[in-house]
Amino acid sequence: MFNSYTETTLKYYPERCINCKRCTQVCPHGVFEEGESTVVLAHPSDCMECGACALNCPVQAIGVQSGVGCAWAMISAALRGKDMDAGECSCGEDEGSCCRQNSEKSSIER
Amino acid sequence: MEIKQHSSCSCIPNVQPPACGCPPDNKPLPPISTITSTITFANHLDHFLARWGWKRSEHRVEPGLYRLGNPAADSPVFASANYTLSFDALRSALAGIDGYILVLDTKGINVWCAAGKGTFGTDELVSRIQSTGLASVVSHRKIIVPQLGAPGVSWPEVLRRSGFFVEYGPVRARDLPEYLKTRKATDEMRRVQFPVKERVVLTPVEFVHVALPAIAAFIILYYLAGYVAALAAITTVVAGTVLFPALLPIIPTYDFSTKGLILGVIISIPFTVSYATITALPLWANAMAALVPMLIIPAVTAYFSLNFTGCTTFTSRTGVKKEIFRYVPVMALMAGSGIVIGIILGVSRLAGVI
Repeated sequence: MFNSYTETTLKYYPERCINCKRCTQVCPHGVFEEGESTVVLAHPSDCMECGACALNCPVQAIGVQSGVGCAWAMISAALRGKDMDAGECSCGEDEGSCCRQNSEKSSIER
Repeated sequence: MEIKQHSSCSCIPNVQPPACGCPPDNKPLPPISTITSTITFANHLDHFLARWGWKRSEHRVEPGLYRLGNPAADSPVFASANYTLSFDALRSALAGIDGYILVLDTKGINVWCAAGKGTFGTDELVSRIQSTGLASVVSHRKIIVPQLGAPGVSWPEVLRRSGFFVEYGPVRARDLPEYLKTRKATDEMRRVQFPVKERVVLTPVEFVHVALPAIAAFIILYYLAGYVAALAAITTVVAGTVLFPALLPIIPTYDFSTKGLILGVIISIPFTVSYATITALPLWANAMAALVPMLIIPAVTAYFSLNFTGCTTFTSRTGVKKEIFRYVPVMALMAGSGIVIGIILGVSRLAGVI
């Protein structure tokens, strides 16, 4: 109750892992940790579905339906009769946006 | 990272042409501008305006290759976005370090958001490496990409198409000097945080975004329902756009909507009390008037709070979607019944009942 963030679409197939550890480098929330012969899915509920791990896994050992967890974008898409999942983050586009300001998150980036 | 580096590159045609520095069609390579790490007053002003959402898509840097300090052929190359806040964070963090900065065209959007949209991505990185002739500028084949660019960049693809090996640097540019010593990022450097400073810095733009409707609500409510209602409208907007981001981790529960409801209930107390104690009204009208702020304010703050998910660094699409289905109907019901009660009270007053 009151926690909608316990489940995500992240899937990990350790039998395919070649232990290159790229996922541990790209994940901003430490979801994967180094293990003995493969990486370990240590904190699955911390996943924010950014998709960095899956895109950078050279052997497709990770799958995730990546997207931006932005209510603004999803509600706008739904209101315009579009598919909520297809609703792209509209940051930086002329009419409003979810991270409706490019400045979002920028202080931690370069 | 036991990937063999593609270190050989020659300008003989047909030998991995994209991987080397031969400009396409033998066009001359664009000149490389030299920049410094100094953040000037004009830069600070630009950052300030960006934070307030002033001409938000116009805080851009020209995409291309830049020389920072006095780099040599073996100096590191850093990728960045063409958003001034991103670019300036990088160049100022690299004070005293010689290197190259490859600015991708992200349409004036920061690295992480652009990576999510794919504009900071494999295609743009590869084509920018080629159009700048990076391979003929540096002798190595490594490019340090910010970690938060990874949602848009596939390193095996970049390697295959450009010959450049992507090295993911730390999340924050300020950790780069430390990172460059060992070329290894600590766990702490790899984690995204969302401390109060980073949350509060987002609030001006949040507030500006809803300022016009808020002023309209203030004026309308002032004439329809008096100054207390007008004050309640402004308080609600400030609570939802400024107070909520600032207090985010302190408010109980995990879901943004429930956090927003809790904050809204607290904010509504003085207004509820004020309406409940109007002595000129009969008791039933007091009770109904008290219900109005109690229903509408939490619904609105909860809606603002839910919409803050896109600005945070950790909400998943799955979770946010769940929240939308769970709570938006509740918010609509609360706000709707609050408005209906308000209208009934208004009509009663006009009809002379109260």
